[in-house]
Amino acid sequence: MQRESESTEEPEPPGRRRRRREGRTRTVRSNLLPPPSAEDSVAGATKGERLQRLGCVQHVADNRLKTTKYTLLSFLPKNLFEQFHRLANVYFVFIALLNFVPAVNAFQPGLALAPVLFILAVTAFKDLWEDYSRYRSDHEINHLGCLVFSREEKKYVNRFWKEIHVGDFVRLRCNEIIPADILLLSSSDPDGLCHIETANLDGETNLKRRQVVRGFSELVSEFNPLTFTSVIECEKPNNDLTRFRGCIIHDNGKKAGLYKENLLLRGCTIRNTEAVVGIVIYAGHETKALLNNSGPRYKRSQLERQMNCDVLWCVLLLVCMSLFSAVGHGLWMQRYQDKKALFDVPESDGSSLSPVTAAVYSFLTMIIVLQVLIPISLYVSIEIVKVCQVYFINQDIELYDEETDSQLQCRALNITEDLGQIQYIFSDKTGTLTENKMVFRRCTVSGIEYSHDANAQRLARYQEADSEEEEVPRGGSSQRGSIGSHQSIRILHRSQSTKSYCKKTLGSLLDPTHHVYPFSPQEKDITPDPKLLEKVNECDKYLAISRHQEHPLAQLSPELSDVFDFFIALTICNTVVVTSPDQPRQKASHGVPPRAHDALALLRSPSVVSLPEGDFMSTLSNDSMLFRLEERLGQPTPAIASNGYSSPADSWEPEYPQEPQPKQELRFEAESPDEAALVYAAKAYNCALVDRLHDQVSVELPHLGRLTFELLHTLGFDSIRKRMSVVIRHPLTDEINVYTKGADSVVMDLLLPCSSGQHQNKIRSKTQNYLNLYAMEGLRTLCIAKRVLSKEEYACWLQSHLEAESSVDNREELLFQSAIRLETNLHLLGATGIEDRLQDGVPETITKLRQAGLQIWVLTGDKQETAINIAYACKLLDHDEEVITLNAESQEACAALLDQCLHHVQSRGSYTPEKTESCVNVGFSSLPSLVIDGRSLAYALDKNLEDKFLFLAKQCRSVLCCRSTPLQKSMVVKLVRSKLKAMTLAIGDGANDVSMIQVADVGVGISGQEGMQAVMASDFAVPRFRYLERLLIVHGHWCYSRLANMVLYFFYKNTMFVGLLFWFQFYCGFSASAMIDQWYLIFFNLLFSSLPQLVTGVLDKNVPAHVLLLKPQLYKSGQNREEYRPRAFWLNMVDAAFQSLICFFIPYLAYYDSDVDMFTWGTPITAIALFTFLLHLGIETKTWTWLNWTACVFSIFLFFTVALIYNASCATCYPPSNPYWTMQALLGDPVFYLICLIAPITALLPRWVLEFVSDPFETLSKDCASEASQHTQQPSCSPKTNREPSTVDISVPLREDTVLEDLGAQAPGSSRPDEAVLEACPENSKRKPTSSSQEAPLPSLFNLPSFSSLNWISSLSLVSGLGSVLQLSRSSLQMDKQDGEFLSTPPQPDQDLHGLQGQATDYF
Amino acid sequence: MTWSATARGAHQPDNTAFTQQRLPAWQPLLSASITLPLFFCAGLAFIGLGLGLYYSSNGIKELEYDYTGNPGTGNCSVCAAEGQGRAPPPNCSCAWYFSLPELFPGPVYLYYELTNFYQNNRRYGVSRDDAQLSGLPSALHHPVNECAPYQFSAAGLPIAPCGAIANSLFNDSFSLWHQRRPGGPYVEVPLDRAAIAWWTDYHVKFRNPPLVNGSLALAFRGTAPPPNWHRPVYELSPDPNNTGFINQDFVVWMRTAALPTFRKLYARIRQGNYTAGLPRGAYRVNITYNYPVRVFGGHKLIIFSNISWMGGKNPFLGIAYLVVGSLCILMGFVMLVVYIRYQDQNDEDDDDE
Repeated sequence: MQRESESTEEPEPPGRRRRRREGRTRTVRSNLLPPPSAEDSVAGATKGERLQRLGCVQHVADNRLKTTKYTLLSFLPKNLFEQFHRLANVYFVFIALLNFVPAVNAFQPGLALAPVLFILAVTAFKDLWEDYSRYRSDHEINHLGCLVFSREEKKYVNRFWKEIHVGDFVRLRCNEIIPADILLLSSSDPDGLCHIETANLDGETNLKRRQVVRGFSELVSEFNPLTFTSVIECEKPNNDLTRFRGCIIHDNGKKAGLYKENLLLRGCTIRNTEAVVGIVIYAGHETKALLNNSGPRYKRSQLERQMNCDVLWCVLLLVCMSLFSAVGHGLWMQRYQDKKALFDVPESDGSSLSPVTAAVYSFLTMIIVLQVLIPISLYVSIEIVKVCQVYFINQDIELYDEETDSQLQCRALNITEDLGQIQYIFSDKTGTLTENKMVFRRCTVSGIEYSHDANAQRLARYQEADSEEEEVPRGGSSQRGSIGSHQSIRILHRSQSTKSYCKKTLGSLLDPTHHVYPFSPQEKDITPDPKLLEKVNECDKYLAISRHQEHPLAQLSPELSDVFDFFIALTICNTVVVTSPDQPRQKASHGVPPRAHDALALLRSPSVVSLPEGDFMSTLSNDSMLFRLEERLGQPTPAIASNGYSSPADSWEPEYPQEPQPKQELRFEAESPDEAALVYAAKAYNCALVDRLHDQVSVELPHLGRLTFELLHTLGFDSIRKRMSVVIRHPLTDEINVYTKGADSVVMDLLLPCSSGQHQNKIRSKTQNYLNLYAMEGLRTLCIAKRVLSKEEYACWLQSHLEAESSVDNREELLFQSAIRLETNLHLLGATGIEDRLQDGVPETITKLRQAGLQIWVLTGDKQETAINIAYACKLLDHDEEVITLNAESQEACAALLDQCLHHVQSRGSYTPEKTESCVNVGFSSLPSLVIDGRSLAYALDKNLEDKFLFLAKQCRSVLCCRSTPLQKSMVVKLVRSKLKAMTLAIGDGANDVSMIQVADVGVGISGQEGMQAVMASDFAVPRFRYLERLLIVHGHWCYSRLANMVLYFFYKNTMFVGLLFWFQFYCGFSASAMIDQWYLIFFNLLFSSLPQLVTGVLDKNVPAHVLLLKPQLYKSGQNREEYRPRAFWLNMVDAAFQSLICFFIPYLAYYDSDVDMFTWGTPITAIALFTFLLHLGIETKTWTWLNWTACVFSIFLFFTVALIYNASCATCYPPSNPYWTMQALLGDPVFYLICLIAPITALLPRWVLEFVSDPFETLSKDCASEASQHTQQPSCSPKTNREPSTVDISVPLREDTVLEDLGAQAPGSSRPDEAVLEACPENSKRKPTSSSQEAPLPSLFNLPSFSSLNWISSLSLVSGLGSVLQLSRSSLQMDKQDGEFLSTPPQPDQDLHGLQGQATDYF
Repeated sequence: MTWSATARGAHQPDNTAFTQQRLPAWQPLLSASITLPLFFCAGLAFIGLGLGLYYSSNGIKELEYDYTGNPGTGNCSVCAAEGQGRAPPPNCSCAWYFSLPELFPGPVYLYYELTNFYQNNRRYGVSRDDAQLSGLPSALHHPVNECAPYQFSAAGLPIAPCGAIANSLFNDSFSLWHQRRPGGPYVEVPLDRAAIAWWTDYHVKFRNPPLVNGSLALAFRGTAPPPNWHRPVYELSPDPNNTGFINQDFVVWMRTAALPTFRKLYARIRQGNYTAGLPRGAYRVNITYNYPVRVFGGHKLIIFSNISWMGGKNPFLGIAYLVVGSLCILMGFVMLVVYIRYQDQNDEDDDDE
């Protein structure tokens, strides 16, 4: 029984009053108990009572899902009400109602209502259809089944989801979807644990652990719902997925706290747990999942905003015309009234109408007559066109991904044309640019490189034959699983199109074998390098023989011993956990102490991390935990900040498979995918990790068998040390070994001093060379090193380490120092190169998008070095170009750095012209790129600095924000959107990108890999990054140009039509009379002339797809809004005025001074207008398919048919007009044909000529030609570089250079950057010594060395040698001093570079 | 495209020309090769057509006379002056004398023309009851409100025909007299006043109310004529097929003109000796001058005209075609020049590369 404390109305026991005052809790009791109100009465579970209870429950949400907006009864009023929120509809209804006023009416009142009714009906029908599909999906979900405990039958019975109530007991089995938010009370797991997968909620595929409420886990017997008498108090329903607080009050008055770990959220899936039982806390729309689902999003596109502005112009024009007319009519009245003209009609009472009154009436009537100027059908036409555009985008086979069998989905129906105007792309890195699949590529051991060519070839094969992925041997069950997951994803897709959240759960439910495998075969299957494999085997065999000798390793040659150690290090120097799929967890014999358990539970939840640290620090008993904890705390929200594979709570703690059988496939769960990649690599060399407990690691080798290492310590990875170490006792030698794995920049400095031997030195330099090579290839490099500790050394270290651990103050710092003490004097074993494989076609796509004038920013939560590596790999950064790195530790430092960078960039900018002339062949490289880390970003996004930051970023070719939080991502997007007034697109795949996707004008989600969170938030979901190219460059361009042209055409058409009527006013005394029959007036836009423009709006391709792809520059027309800019609008209006003049005066003159009557003269004008519109459209239409022809012919046919029928049907039925037999008579009149021929052609002559002169193809080729000729005229640049089709590409930076030039001219310090000029040309910098950037006499090089945060750059020494790396950063240790410095000498904006350089170098 | 029919995924979009937007399309690139010939051809065709139209319009003869009677413009000025400010104007006749030096080829149409008369004025134009005019007995006695203030007479009787249009019926009448020989007697030329209205108007749209006891007058009993009328509607003409609502003059008048200057057909001359047209000689038109137009600055004209296949005399269309045709050719030349210049430029560029 459940009740809201506020809503309880019956008298309450006194104890409850307190709760009522709180008002923010909800109380849940078991439904199986008699309700409290009935407690006083005679207890008895009669049926009536149950009904009453049910009735009581009704006012709280049950688990029924209802996303529909309407019911059968409420549809009409509600829908109409909603439609009248649209101002245009109100306007048109107002106009139609005006017709009911006799004094001002222009049309038959009923007829005037027709168009607005038609529009309303079309919209209503659309809404009805959408609502019906929502209803169907709701129905499906509501009728899913699950086991609910029934009081009557005293057992679990099958019920529909919608019948679940708060307080019910639900039993869920493995792989079932959780139907509501359930408090976990019992689990088949011996430890009271339950694993759930939250992919449906946050996209994370690793399993989360949930725990039975404390007090229930200790129960020995099976949980019996009937005995559950406790009361649960918890928060009111809210949408915070990461928080749940409450307490459970037992009968005996004892209380126990409830946390997020006890709650199973609706939409998640039970995994690895046979069965669980829980009580429903929140149901239906009160579940966190549904509260989080804000429903479909309505965005207004930029074009529509502009259009609305033009609609206002039209309104203004309409009012002006009507006013003009009214004044004219007033004057006319005055002129004829007192003369008793025969055609003047007095008021109905015989009195004469005063001119002013007549003018007012005329004004209103004019508004009615000219209402067509405001295009009533515009909105509905735009909606139709957009729906069709969405259909075509969905249907594009080139946006279909065979691998995942998914196509692009448009989730937002109304912003397709925004795709054609994007200026900034904000991209996530992992999973968006890369596959998020780490693949072991190469390694070097003991100075010898193993290139793994076979592996590379195999990878290449994978890429070629992606579609055959399914056939890769993987074991039957897992294969089924993967297909299943595809299916479920697919079903999810379908459900999203109906905009119903909950249907997504259906997908997985239909497929109970749904599993998500984090690693594809590419990562698992590594073809070993034969040479290395041979060596490993040799070691193995040798050691197998000599394992019982005293010093088995000493017998090996140093190289072989290195090889052996290398692989041992790969295998055990990590935190990878071995699991076997599909095994419900069994009671582990080596249970973790319960206290540690709690700590783990705390750690797992990001919300709890924010608890005061002392709270759970004390609960930690185990040293290795601490390091991880620190690392965790270092990241703002662990689940999000790292690359999607982290927050693997499960992997911290060993999961014990049942005795792993040799044949059974093992699954490695790693904190980061590169760890897993290394373990898989080692496995390929037959050195397999088989088991990891908290104190021992087992490795299996073919000959040696199982080796069990005693794990003494694990010093986890952290971002300052950039390395991790394990301390083990070697089973063969019984020595204590330290294996360290870390970034090469760090590890190389920690090696044994050089004096240790010539051989070692050689290995070291060789390895360094290979490392540079790897970095060039964009591989993530890791060095593996080893140290042998003597017993004494270890004892000594251990003591200090334990001291550090137990200290209360400064513990972190002490542990840090302790780790440093251990990780010195290392012996280098080798290095590995891991590839976070870029998705197919990413570099090409980025190049294309760049050419299309798009600025690409990468916002990633990843490490700086990784991000930069990837940026190079995907050609976002160029080795030739300058990279500005912004790492600041404080607000002031950040400000100063920004100023420096601005100076630097501006000084370059001011000299750009010379540079482009002399080095034009370098093309793009003129602009620097900016790399900024999350911390500095936080400072830079501050109100004071954001302008500077933006100004700097604007001048950079690309911007890379590393270690940024989701919030920062969205702040950056928001900043660019609001300050630069630019159209932004955000693309990402994970939950951490959601905020950014939602903020951007266009949000794109990558579907498939990381769950649905990003997709759910996105407007478009693409299977791969590379599809963005086609989506933007082809479809975006088309959608924009189609829609822009259609909207312009609409305005033109209506203005032209209204113009005809307006000119007529000059000949009818401005009396608002119309020569065009009311039927034509009303239906002309709606019926006769609408179809062809719709067809053109949907199908026209002003440039074919292949040309667009070939010349991405064409995309710029959309960015610059060339198709639909105010000028185009007014040009169209002028053209419309001209055309209407022609179309009015040709019939006027042709019938002048004849016996023509009103409608015999007006009907040809209508026909002429129709022909002119079609011909005009014909000029605008670039591709004529049979549909266009059909539409045009149909329009003409329809007009004449309707006219003939209408004019023959009834002689007297349509007052006030009486066009009987007009059309029939006209068809026999040769003049009719003659004017129908000449008028449209004359009207369109100017446009025709204009179009000829400025045909897009012509202009394009013209531009290309002129640009090319410009280049060739420059004598100093290499003359033959511009011949390639890329000639136009070069114009891109050139144009921007001119912008820079302007900026530079304004820059205060630009007058004296003498040295900068010299360095600005990348050719010069190429000649610089590559060894150290510190020595480079670049004024721009502020390289402040620090022991950790800077050194990574030397791992890119080749890189830094090629380009000049502007390294501006501060180390944490030097922070205080620097802050002082900066405070004492506040940066002056006009400080010249010399001064700054001096200041910077003074430090050293 | 790298897919095969066998490897189709369930979600693969259909690869049809329509869904892939690959429908075969004609691309009328406004290239010179299409546009220029089109312009020249159209220009030539228009000029040809224009010449034909111009000559056929020039072949039409028109003879018009302004009998408004402004002071000093013939004998109608007397009537005009007499009628000034008097309502109803007194009966007054005047005449217009003219002579034809040669045959005015037939068929000759006699029009009257009014200028500055806004029949297309909104409130005037709607002031009628089509149901009444179609002979509906109920509508006869209950004219629609649009007719106000000519809906009911001062006596409260419904006006038939109601409305401002009917009230302002043109009521001048003309008769044509021919003097075959100089000094000889004037012989009346028969004017064919039948079938001057549209066939459908006369036969379908306008109907008299059902006769009561065979009498039209009885059918209209209980109604009043419009205030400006001297006689009831059933006495418009003695001919039973031309009286009441189906009086041809009335029907012609009720078809409101599009423009403030308009003609209305008064009669055709095609009977007797005049089937070939009006022979040479002196003519007199007797005009019964009733209709006041000078108050609002209008003019009344009487016009003899014959017609060609394209209607009355109007040189405009011919001229328009000639002008547009010439424009087309001119534009064609301009475009040709532009095109040739770009062509050269492109060629140069090609040479460069």
